[in-house]
Amino acid sequence: MFPLCIIPAMLAKLMSYFLLGLIRVLTGAQARWHGCPPKAEQRIYFANHQSHADLVMIWAALPKELRHITRAIAAKDYWTKTPFKKWLTTEVFNVIYVSRDRTADEDPLEPLMDALTNGDSIILFPEGTRGHFEEPQAFKAGLYNLATKFPHVVLVPAWINNVQHVLPKGEVVPVPVLCSVTFGAPMQVQAGEDHRSFLTRARNAVIALRDV
Amino acid sequence: MYFYLKNLNATQQIGALFIIVFGLLLLSSIVAFVLSLREYGDDAAGDLRRKELKSLDGVIRTSWLMMFVFWVGWVAGDWVALTLFGLVSFFALREFLTLSPTRRGDHRSLVLAFFVVLPIQYWLVGTEHFDMFAVFIPVYVFLALPLTSALANDPLRFLERNAKLQWGIMVCIYGMSHVPALLMLNFPGYDNKNAFMVFFLVLVVQTCMATQHLVSRKLQRAPVAPAISQSFNWPSWWIGIGVASVFGALLAGITPWVPGTAFAFSFIACLAGSMGHFVMKALKRDRGIPSWGNEGTGVTGAGGLLDRVDALCFAAPVFFHSAKWYFGL
Repeated sequence: MFPLCIIPAMLAKLMSYFLLGLIRVLTGAQARWHGCPPKAEQRIYFANHQSHADLVMIWAALPKELRHITRAIAAKDYWTKTPFKKWLTTEVFNVIYVSRDRTADEDPLEPLMDALTNGDSIILFPEGTRGHFEEPQAFKAGLYNLATKFPHVVLVPAWINNVQHVLPKGEVVPVPVLCSVTFGAPMQVQAGEDHRSFLTRARNAVIALRDV
Repeated sequence: MYFYLKNLNATQQIGALFIIVFGLLLLSSIVAFVLSLREYGDDAAGDLRRKELKSLDGVIRTSWLMMFVFWVGWVAGDWVALTLFGLVSFFALREFLTLSPTRRGDHRSLVLAFFVVLPIQYWLVGTEHFDMFAVFIPVYVFLALPLTSALANDPLRFLERNAKLQWGIMVCIYGMSHVPALLMLNFPGYDNKNAFMVFFLVLVVQTCMATQHLVSRKLQRAPVAPAISQSFNWPSWWIGIGVASVFGALLAGITPWVPGTAFAFSFIACLAGSMGHFVMKALKRDRGIPSWGNEGTGVTGAGGLLDRVDALCFAAPVFFHSAKWYFGL
C-alpha cells in the first residue's frame, strides 16, 4: 500500500519544483561564478539584501547538488508568522531561523554555529535587514565572528542583482525581470585583522561584484 | 521551383520544404562544426575568427529554434502556435525591460503589460477580432499604462519611463503578435495553408538578416552610422534584401502569390525588418550595451532572444497589413 507518511515530503518537493520553475520564468535565476567554481565544500555565502525574494533567488541560482547542503538564514519573526510561511521555510528551503529581537540569555549566532558544526554551508545576509538603497548597509559583526570561529569554512561574497524590481515592498504580483547572482573569489580573515576592517573589506568585495 | 512547389499538394509541400530547410540547416551546422575544429592561433586574427564563428553559431541556433517553433505550430494547431509566439513575446519583453530600468511606481503598469495586455492581445488574434487587435495597444493600452503609472504618484522621468514601456510593448507584443495573426487570415484560393505564410515570412526575414550579416563581415565597407552600428552599410544591406527577396520569389509556390508579387512582399518585409533591427541597435547603444543578451556586460543573464527576433517584430506588422490590403480582407 502507498505509505501516507511520504505525502508531506512529496508536497515539499513539488513546491520546490514549482518555485524553481516560477523563478526561472520570472527572473532567469542565472548564477555567474566569477572567482570560484560551484563546489561542494563547506562555505559561507554572504550577499546584499534588498528583498524577501533574495532568499529564494540565491537558493534557485545554486546548482541542485549545492542547494541540498546549503541553508539560508531567515528572520524568525517574519518567516514563522503564518503556518504557510513556516512550512515553506522549514520543509522547502530548510532555512536556519535567527531571532532579530535579542533576548539577553541567548546568542543569536547559536543556530548558525550548530549548522556549521553539522557541516552545512550557509547563506548569510550580513546587513541584517533589507536595505532600500543601491549600496548595501554596513555589515554586522556576525559574519566576522563566524569566520573566526570556523576558519576552515570558505567565505564567498555574492551580489544579487535586480531582485528588488521583481517584487517591491507592498506589492503582491511579481513582475518578470532578469536577475542574476554573481559569486566572487573566496576571502579570509587575515591574521590580526579586527572586525571593523574585515567587515568593510567584505562589504567592498560584495559591492565590487556588481560591476563584474 | 515555383511550378514544382505549386503543383504539389499540401502534404508534399510540407515534406519538400522540411527536407530543403532542415537539410540546409543541417549542412550549415556541419560546416560551422567543422570550422570550429580547426585550430586558430592566439593572435588577434585567431580571436577574430573565433568571434565570427561564435556569432555564426548564434545565427544557426536561432534558425533551428525558429524552424522548430514553426514546425510545432504546424503540427499542433493554431492555439499552440499562438501560445509559443506569446511566450517569445513574454521573454523578449522581459529582456527589453530589464535593460530599460523602470522605477517602483511602474510596478503595476508592468504587471498590466505582462499579465493583462499580452494575453489579451494574443486572445484577440486567436479569436480573429482583427479590428480590435490592430488598435488595442496603440489606442487603449497607450492610455491605460501611463494612467496606472500616474496613479502611482511618481513624476520623476515620467515621460521617459512610459516611453520605454510603450516601446517595449509595441515591439515585443504588438509586433510579434502579427506573426501568428497570419494564421488567421482567409486568403482566397489558398485552402488554409496559412502556416506556410508564417513560414515564408520568418524564413525570408531570417535569410535577409543572415545574408546581410555575412556580407557585411566580408565587404568591410564604411559604416553608415558608425556611432550606432559598425557593421551596417548600404551595399550589404541591398545585397541582404536582394538575396532574400529573390529567395522569397523562389518560394512563391507556397504562398498565394505569383513569383513577382512574392518578390515584392519579401522586399517589403525585409525592408521593414532590417530597418527595425537597425533601430533596435540604436536603442542598445543608448543603453550602452552591445546586445540584449549577455555577451557584453552580462549582468542580466539575458539570452539575447530579442537580438534575434527584433527584425521579425518590425517586419510582421508591415507584412500582415500589406497582405491584408492586397487581398482586401
